Parts: sequence; C-alpha cells; structure tokens
Amino acid sequence: MKQVLEGSHAVAEAVRLARTQVISAYPITPQTHIVERLSEYCADSTLAAKFLRVESEHSALAALIGAASCGVRTFTATSSQGLALMHELLHWASGARLPIVMANVNRAMAPGWNIWADQTDSLAQRDTGWLQLYCEHSQEVFDTTIQAFRLAEWLNLPVMVILDAFFLSHTYEPVDVPRQNSVDRFLPSYQPRFKLDIEYPCAFNQLAPPNIYMEMRHNIQAAMDEALIFFDQVEDEFEDIIGRRYGPVEAVQCEDAEIILITSGTVTSTSRQVLTELRDKGEKAGLLKIKLFRPFPTKAIREHTASAKKIAVIDRNFSFGASGIFAQEIRAALCNHPGHPPVFGYVAGLGGRDVTTAVVEEIYWLTKGNDMPQPESIWVGLHEVDHAIGQS
Amino acid sequence: MQLDSPDREYMCPGHVGCPGCGAAIAMRFVLKALGEKTIMIIPACCWSIIAGPYPQSTLKIPVLHMAFETGGAVASGVRAAQDVKGDSETTVVTWAGDGGTFDIGFQALSGAVERNENFIYFCYDNEAYMNTGVQRSSSTPYGAWTTTTPGQQWKRLRKKNIVEALVAHRITYAATASIAYPEDLIRKVTKAKSLTGARFIHIFSSCPTGWGLPSEMSVKIARMAVQTNIFPLYEVEEGLRYTINLTPKGYLVNEYFRLQGRFKHLSETDLTHIQEMVDEDWNLLLRKAGSVPEIF
Repeated sequence: MKQVLEGSHAVAEAVRLARTQVISAYPITPQTHIVERLSEYCADSTLAAKFLRVESEHSALAALIGAASCGVRTFTATSSQGLALMHELLHWASGARLPIVMANVNRAMAPGWNIWADQTDSLAQRDTGWLQLYCEHSQEVFDTTIQAFRLAEWLNLPVMVILDAFFLSHTYEPVDVPRQNSVDRFLPSYQPRFKLDIEYPCAFNQLAPPNIYMEMRHNIQAAMDEALIFFDQVEDEFEDIIGRRYGPVEAVQCEDAEIILITSGTVTSTSRQVLTELRDKGEKAGLLKIKLFRPFPTKAIREHTASAKKIAVIDRNFSFGASGIFAQEIRAALCNHPGHPPVFGYVAGLGGRDVTTAVVEEIYWLTKGNDMPQPESIWVGLHEVDHAIGQS
Repeated sequence: MQLDSPDREYMCPGHVGCPGCGAAIAMRFVLKALGEKTIMIIPACCWSIIAGPYPQSTLKIPVLHMAFETGGAVASGVRAAQDVKGDSETTVVTWAGDGGTFDIGFQALSGAVERNENFIYFCYDNEAYMNTGVQRSSSTPYGAWTTTTPGQQWKRLRKKNIVEALVAHRITYAATASIAYPEDLIRKVTKAKSLTGARFIHIFSSCPTGWGLPSEMSVKIARMAVQTNIFPLYEVEEGLRYTINLTPKGYLVNEYFRLQGRFKHLSETDLTHIQEMVDEDWNLLLRKAGSVPEIF
C-alpha cells in the first residue's frame, strides 16, 4: 500500500515489518525521527521489541553486540558524531560476526557544528567491516532496510543503510509499504549460527593470538566477497516477492556515453535530471549510481565505464590530504584495468550545501573541457575564503 | 577451618593468572554461588587474559569478551535478548576490573544502573591497571606507587568510592566483599542473585604482582584491609539501608602498608595522614549505617 512517508519513517516502518527484537539508540539530529517512531511502535506494542534507551551511541552499539550475541534481530540508528563515537565497536561488531543493522543519516562532522548532509561520517568508517548501502530516495531506504537484515544474517556481517540528512531523513515521499506476510516471506525469523547458550557454553571474542587472528580477518573478507554475489540473490528474491530491485550500481545510458557522471545518495536524483537535459542537447552523457560501497563493486564499475572516454565523480565527502572518497575508490578499482578512462574528481555539497542541477552541469562541462584530470579534486561552488584566518 | 561453599566448580584449573591472583580466587567463589545458568560479560581486564586464549576457556559458562568501557551496556543488551526469548531464569553478570568500572566503564555502568537493568555487576578491584603493567586508576589508593605514579609522584589522591557513587543512583543492591571472607562473598552473591534489578558487588582482590607482595600473602593482605577498616564489608539495599557486616578489631593501618612494596616510600607522617583518612571514612560509614554495627 502506498503511503506518504518521511524518509526516517520509511526506515522505522521497515524495522517494524522486519520484526526486529532488540533496538538500542541514543538521540542525534537528524536521526531522531527514526527512533522516535520506533519508540512509539514499542510503546503501543505495534512492534514486540525491547527498546534500550541508553546513555550514548557507544553504549547503543555495545548493547546490540550483547543482544546479537544471544541470537536475536537487532537495529540501531545514528549519525555523524554518534557514528564516530561508535567507531571502536563498529570493528567489534564485524569482528564478532554479528548481523546488526544500522541506519546512518549522513551528516557533516563538527566542528563547526553542522547538522546537514555530508557523507564523510560513514565513509570514514569504510575499513570497519560493515556493508555500506547508500540510498537515493525513501522507497529505496525502505526496501534496502528490509534487505539489510537478509544480507546481514546470511553473511554474519553488520550492515549500514545510509541516507542523506534532511534531503531524505526529513522529506516526505510516496512509499509502497508491502504487507507483513510478503515481508515475512522474504525475511523469515532469524536463525543464528551461534549464540550465547547456557546449554552449550562457549567463550566469544576472546584472546586471538597471531596464529589465528589473520585467518579470522580473512574469513571476514571471504564473507565480503560472498556479499557481492549474495546481494544479487537477495535482490532476485526481493523482486519476486515485493517487485522492486536496484542493483549494487545502476547504469543510466552508459552504453554509448562518452562522459559518465558517478554519484551516490540524493545527488543521483539531481543528476538524472541533468542527464536528460544533456541528452536533449545531444551530449553523450551517462550516469552511474553507486549504491553498494562495501564491498566495493569493482567489476560492475569496470564493465559500465569500459567504453567511456571520461569519468566525473561527484563526492559529497572529503579525505583531507587526498581527495573525494568515491573518486579514490574508483581510481583504485580501475587502475589495473587496461584502457580505463581518466577519472575527474569533484567535491560538492559539503555540510549540506545544495548540489543543484547547475552544479552538476558545471561538473559535466568542466570534464568535457579538459583532456586530463588534475591530480587534486576540484571543489565546485567554493566561495571566496579569507585565507588570513588563523595566520599571524 | 572447613569452608562452607558449594562443591561444584565452574572454573577449570589451568587458567593463566599470576600466582596468588586475587581475581582468580574471587571468580571461583562467585561462580560457585551463581551456578551454571549464568551468562558472563568480561570487558577488557586481567580476566580477558586469565580466561585463556582461543580456542580454550577456563570458565564452564558462556562468556562474552567485550571492549573496555562496555560492561554496563553489553549486559543490558544480553538481558534484553534473553527477555525477548522468554528466558528469565539465566543470570546475566558483568565481570570487570577497577579500570573498567571506576574509570572508562563508569558511564555505561551509571547508565545501566539508572535504567535499573536486571543484572549483577561484579568489580574485582586490584587497585590499578594490572593487566597493562600497574598503571594508576581512580581506584588506586592514596599513597600508592604505580608505573604512572612513580618516585616522588606517588598517588596523593583518594580512591574513588564506587559503592557510594552507585548508592547515589539508589541501586537495588550494592555490597563490598573480599576474597578473605569467602562465606560473606558467597552469601552476598546468593542474595544478589535472588533480587531483581541492578546489583553491584565490589570485591577486594589483591594483586601480588602489582602490589609488591609475596603470592602467599594474597589472602592475608585482603583480610588485613578489612580488619584495618581500609576496606569495610557492608551492603546497601535500595540505596538506603546500610548494614555493616563485620566490626573490625581496629588494627592500625601501618602493618598493612609496610607489607606491600607499592607503599614502601611512605613516611610515618604519611601513614598518620592515611590513618586519619581511614578513620574519617569509617566514621562516615558508621553514621550512614545509623546504628552500632553487627558482629560478624
């Protein structure tokens, strides 16, 4: 049934339909609408889950690590500073092979205080062993959250569902919400492979000397490799039952494109409009949306960009001293691929600044007008900055 | 003297604790009282090592090793999951050192106690970060040498009173206990197990390695800590009703301090000052208890 839902409430609705058993969370803007709605569901017994109102994000994830170790389905949501505070336990959750699902609302890191959209918070956690799925609209947020539980529980790895602050979290869109029995068919109750059990006492997460630690880490990578394959299988099943699929990447008019824009999150929607306008003008432009960031879909990206002359990556994030993070990853994915196109890196929309159609168009023309990319990222729409600040 | 304690052992021989380790003695007695229907969370502490490396475990109960500061939060999650599964029988316990309790884990512990989570938190207190090589914690007592309070910079600050901090939360049950008084310890664990809500047991656990003490003196020094009023045995119900479990014989602190290498630099003047602090704390406790203490 179609409902008009806020992006945050699309997450909450999916968590309810997933019959989540333990939820633990701490408030941070702009994630709060997710946990407020879930609190209401728990209070009125719409959802039979235990809701732990803990005293920090660190404890929110610690509590879920405890709960998931007992073999129940778990969920939390956070953003920005909260995700950064969880950092230690992000590693712990994947190392302990726990299928925890988290929604992260992409928000800029302080200082200065900024509550608006920026992907640096989640991308800074790329090495923590979580699957990362970036969403473009509220329907995708809903569907991806349901799928996240299947992925997590099959792979025994935690999954992060990521949505842009305000552009998604606080925006109302029509969302098709399937019936409970359809969701149950796609996502049966969780059958843990291991759990804390007084009938079969085991020690989890204990001291792992050098003779075994490396193998444990290799096993996590093996699960990540499997995730690339299993993702398609999950989407097949989801499509059969619910009728939608997205792909780890989505290629729009890439077959004959000379310049391919690569985007993630809500910038993709803006870029779709720009693509239509460019095509109307006779430009051979294409668009590649990246949804799955961990594991990184190297093969799909190589295939879809094989015949392009140039690639322009738009990053709403930045790694200081290097470049936009998607651009880095794409360069790394292509560098050993013979004859790959040059990668132009653009930084735009940090801290919630609008990435308008004019910004995306400018990126396209800048790419077209230059033969080879400069090594540094190009910051688009940068205002005049007083460089004397902070200097004596 | 025959010790009256349950026969069943839940701790295998072959653990990797130091000789005379008070924390190993504490674990053995606590598990005897808790029994097999127990899930234990161990945040980083000496016991992260003592329990043994993968694939061995010296404990015959399910154990979840966890990050340093998470004892209160992880137990909350384990309890929630067991409740969701309809298991109200299993006792969920956290087993943490003083660093993980007084310092880095205090926030999560305070949060869990404020929420009155249904679990028992054990702090085995060896008065410093022993596993990392004897660094000071907020549980390290006045006067102590540690590797981060060396030479003339020995700790000139009081030990944090963790029980009183939790009593201020109106915690369901809080008690001190000692490896030198195992029957009192077992009684307190059994009592805590029979209650519902957040419960805390603070166990004085001597550390021959970190305290500069012969290993055979481990239990004796713990007994002296009680008998000098340095570590009184008492319990508090609902954050209000104090019971002092043992009236010490009023020994002076000097001998307790003179036996330990970590205090060897202290002068008579220092010890006089320490005696005054111990007396002051004991009188405060007596006033809170509000009556003449019971005879143990």
